[in-house]
Amino acid sequence: MRIVGWPGDPHYVVCLDAFTVVRARRAWTITRLLPRARCPRSAPQGIVRPMEKRVVFGHKTLPYLLLAPQLIITVVFFFLPAGQAMWQSLRLEDAFGLSSEFVGLANFMDLFRQQDYLDSFKTTAVFSVLVAFVGLSVSLLLAVMADRVLKGASVYKTLLIWPYAVAPAVVGVLWLFLFSPAVGILAVALRNIGVDWNPRLNGNQAMILVLIAAVWKQISYNFLFFLAGLQSIPRSLIEAAAIDGASPIRRFWTIVFPLLSPTTFFLLVVNVIYAFFDTFAVIDTTTQGGPGTSTSILVYKVYRDGFVGLDLGSSAAQSVILMFIVVILTVVQFRYIDRKVQY
Amino acid sequence: MVERRPWLDILAHVILLCGVAVVAFPLYVTFVASTQTAQEVASAPMSLIPGSHMVGNYMQALFAGSGGGSSGTPVARMMYVSLIMALSISIGKIVISMMSAFAVVYFRFRFRMFFFWMIFVTLMLPVEVRIAPTYKVVADLGLLNSYAGLALPLIASATATFLFRQFFLTVPDELVEAARIDGAGPMRFFRDVLLPLSKTSIAALFVIQFIYGWNQYLWPLLITTKEDMYPVVIGIKRMVSGGDSVTEWNLTMATAMLAMLPPVLVVILMQKWFVKGLVDTEK
Repeated sequence: MRIVGWPGDPHYVVCLDAFTVVRARRAWTITRLLPRARCPRSAPQGIVRPMEKRVVFGHKTLPYLLLAPQLIITVVFFFLPAGQAMWQSLRLEDAFGLSSEFVGLANFMDLFRQQDYLDSFKTTAVFSVLVAFVGLSVSLLLAVMADRVLKGASVYKTLLIWPYAVAPAVVGVLWLFLFSPAVGILAVALRNIGVDWNPRLNGNQAMILVLIAAVWKQISYNFLFFLAGLQSIPRSLIEAAAIDGASPIRRFWTIVFPLLSPTTFFLLVVNVIYAFFDTFAVIDTTTQGGPGTSTSILVYKVYRDGFVGLDLGSSAAQSVILMFIVVILTVVQFRYIDRKVQY
Repeated sequence: MVERRPWLDILAHVILLCGVAVVAFPLYVTFVASTQTAQEVASAPMSLIPGSHMVGNYMQALFAGSGGGSSGTPVARMMYVSLIMALSISIGKIVISMMSAFAVVYFRFRFRMFFFWMIFVTLMLPVEVRIAPTYKVVADLGLLNSYAGLALPLIASATATFLFRQFFLTVPDELVEAARIDGAGPMRFFRDVLLPLSKTSIAALFVIQFIYGWNQYLWPLLITTKEDMYPVVIGIKRMVSGGDSVTEWNLTMATAMLAMLPPVLVVILMQKWFVKGLVDTEK
């Protein structure tokens, strides 16, 4: 088995033992039987669709008026604040906020000298890897099973997707309640089997609590996309392998998993973004970044330093660093991911 | 499936049922807790059989507010704030995104691509990375504790604009030609041709954006300081961390159930559009 090209290329080729399968516009086609040695070296380039209308309206001012609301909001609430964050990240304000002076990159230097900040990077990395890995594994297992059953598939689907609609803050409160050392039903169960459960004192346990809540919420999203991905794999490939006597597990690893790679890669990026930014509410309702700083991910630290600690220069510098991270993630998302929408 | 393997089918059902159980368990416990008295919930471990105080708890949470916690606002008020916020965000997003997509696709004008990229760049500036300065802008505009302050900064949307742009590009050019021959101007074309054609996209987007709006947390947390402007999601958080007083879990859980209800109903009742919206926007 060999994969040619990035999952985001217009045409993406998977060479299985006996088949070559080409993916274009989210559909797989079995192109030809060919020996593995002749698997192409690079992905063929797709045809770029025309992205412009041939026929347009002629009007001088109307288009500007139509764009105005969106642009005004964009400038006032996005560009101005972002610019201000960058400006502020280069300055140092006195304790009363009366004057500030230009300090260049000193805020950034300070940040990277703080053990707190480096720890926060590590916490974020560990957290997002765990969210992505646990979330994807569980959802993939469920999706493969749902793809297999004939009866009740749509009922299972409905019963599995509703957590998507639950607010992250509510998710946090739900799991906080279940794991609350004083009244939580799961905390009691853990204590009964001899675990000294107290996420308010034990950093690892706090991380586990946040992780469970964050993954629980994201399973529905991953599940839906995995299921759609599984259903787009041509049945004939799997049938052919079955006739050759390949067991279900072998078929999964040699056919299904490679053909699912565009979906997996897409979900991987989405889950990392989710863990970085959308889990703020989960953390704020369950652990508030504690105990100590053990669940204080980057976004939470920006909030805490800026709004609770009122250290604006440092908070702004952290914002700018976060912006760079988002830019990188967005570029990855758009350059390397197979999208239906083209830009 | 491809071949008959009864034990494998049974295993699949067992795994799926476990998955459903794990997903539903917190919901069930929440429901049970919301039907008991505060003492019953606090007696660890609480009973897993629904109690008899359901109506009383929900009535108290909805109309009286919780007594012990710091939040005395009735949940009905908070749900009203959430509803206004969710509707303004979802409808606002759809309206301004459709307008900008229409402009970008159907007109040629100076700075067209520049404006398009400006909208694109907003993807890289989520609220989380510009917390403090955005707060300052909103405060300077005098929009703290207002519906406009809650909704406006969140209604710019690159994804929705792209979605409509993509959809408009698939609309046949012949329709524009026909409209022009019949003497219809751009706005007439927009209203009579594009709008009806976009119905499914609008429905799908509405479902996703309603959930997004209802579930907003960080932004309302920053700009609402008055209790009567708390969306329900914030109200819950205040109930849990209500200072010195002991959390009244039964009322908190009743509030949690109420806070979940509208978006979950939207997902379940509009499942078809929900799935379409999710796949189309891909965040």
